[in-house]
Amino acid sequence: MKDKAKLALYWASSCGGCEIAVLELEEKILDVAAAFDIVFWPVAIDFKVKDVEAMADGSIDLCLFNGAVRNSDNEYMARLLRAKSKVLVAFGSCAYEGCIPALANTRDPATIYDWVYRDSPSTDNAEGVRPQTANTVALGGNGNTGTVELPVFYDTVRTLDQTVDVDYYVPGCPPQAHQIQAVLETVIDCLQNGKPLPPKGAVLGAGDKTCCDECPRERKERKLKKFVRPHEIIPDPDLCLLDQGMVCMGPATRSGCGGLCVAVGVPCRGCYGPPPNSLDQGTKMVSALASVIDSQDPEEIERILDGIVDPIGTFYRFSMGKATLGRALGARIPEDGAPSS
Amino acid sequence: MREPTTHPEWQPRVVAFLCNWCSYTGADLAGISRLPWSPAVHIVRVMCSGRLDPTFVVRAFRMGADGVIVSGCHPGDCHYQKGNYKALRRVHLLKRLLADFGVEPERLRLVWVSASEGGAWAKIANEMEATVRRLGPLRLEPDPRRDEACIAYETAPEAEIPPGPPFSKGGAEVSSSAERGVS
Repeated sequence: MKDKAKLALYWASSCGGCEIAVLELEEKILDVAAAFDIVFWPVAIDFKVKDVEAMADGSIDLCLFNGAVRNSDNEYMARLLRAKSKVLVAFGSCAYEGCIPALANTRDPATIYDWVYRDSPSTDNAEGVRPQTANTVALGGNGNTGTVELPVFYDTVRTLDQTVDVDYYVPGCPPQAHQIQAVLETVIDCLQNGKPLPPKGAVLGAGDKTCCDECPRERKERKLKKFVRPHEIIPDPDLCLLDQGMVCMGPATRSGCGGLCVAVGVPCRGCYGPPPNSLDQGTKMVSALASVIDSQDPEEIERILDGIVDPIGTFYRFSMGKATLGRALGARIPEDGAPSS
Repeated sequence: MREPTTHPEWQPRVVAFLCNWCSYTGADLAGISRLPWSPAVHIVRVMCSGRLDPTFVVRAFRMGADGVIVSGCHPGDCHYQKGNYKALRRVHLLKRLLADFGVEPERLRLVWVSASEGGAWAKIANEMEATVRRLGPLRLEPDPRRDEACIAYETAPEAEIPPGPPFSKGGAEVSSSAERGVS
């Protein structure tokens, strides 16, 4: 019997949800295990980075890489797995378009460090300790010392494809199990039956319309005098959430999840990224939202817009890494690329 | 594409999206009337200010604009009745978003210019150049990938449009709707 294809999964700057999503395949995970040799999967299987380093280049057939590139360790692993993999997939919203980690791009590292290590109410750090990339510590009681190293914290959170060449993208926070299964089946079909893979750069495991297309709710194209936040109303179970005044990202979001959030009365947060042929999810949403506001008076429009708390965090909650304008401009970017703390 | 903007010979660049029916004609009138107005302002004609996708604005900024003007017909005068109100709402929301990104909201200006207001257009163009000179160059973090995405977006092949009904039938429908538009 010929060797099974080799599969690697890795998490960089992410929450681990994408890993859990793979396990959500339930009994189908056995099909994955039957088709692939899993050679690297830190969350589930005890292989080490040195095992990957020892592999020949291109010896991994498929690598599902989730997580954004936030620090030097993430970048090292991205480059390592790119070299070792035939097919590298940006798996999940962080790797695809930055997701929640990339919201940090609205601040500069110094501001982030100040908040996390000094100003946040829960911080108890009287000595003002900040993370150091290298720290000398005493080893035992005999005067020996050693150096503990931490990865370098980058100024800007980058997506996987802003760091290395990426073959495919799987959106979602996390990707839904049925979509992961479809992606894996595509690859298995290629390996076992010689079916061609989709063109490079394709977005796999998602639809080609908007989330609204999958939404079970009824849209009446109502105009709004006021936006509401989810805790302020109990939404009607059958009507469009945007019609009810909630900021629902459905019109600016790719389909593929099956309308999970909207089906249970929670407005779409936009995790499947922009729909096909749109450059920028946030400005798409500006366009869609402006259309539902019922006012022609600048002052009233401003009052209505006050109901949208945190526009950038709402419209780019998942796609900040790919926002056309890039990172916050007010933020000072140091020349040397190191955090200026 | 955007070059380093600390260059001593930096000149402001303003992209202006002008509606076909009022503002573009107004700017045309400014030219015919030999009114001098800022050469920093580069015009893009759109059918209606309501056609303006906010994506156009951020893309203009990414591709080198230091300021953007959006100009439509005066309220109540829109050739398509309500397109300029749509632009009004979009620009208000977009300005909030620009502020979040750290882009001064003054870099985006919405104005109404009618076909007879050549002088008004010249004044607005000059004012915008002055505003951008005061604010200085727009500093965006250089990112070749985002630039590439902007260009790819521009040059993406048109989506395939399914063949329409036979020409004669289509022609009849067009003429009847045109009559409705006149009445």
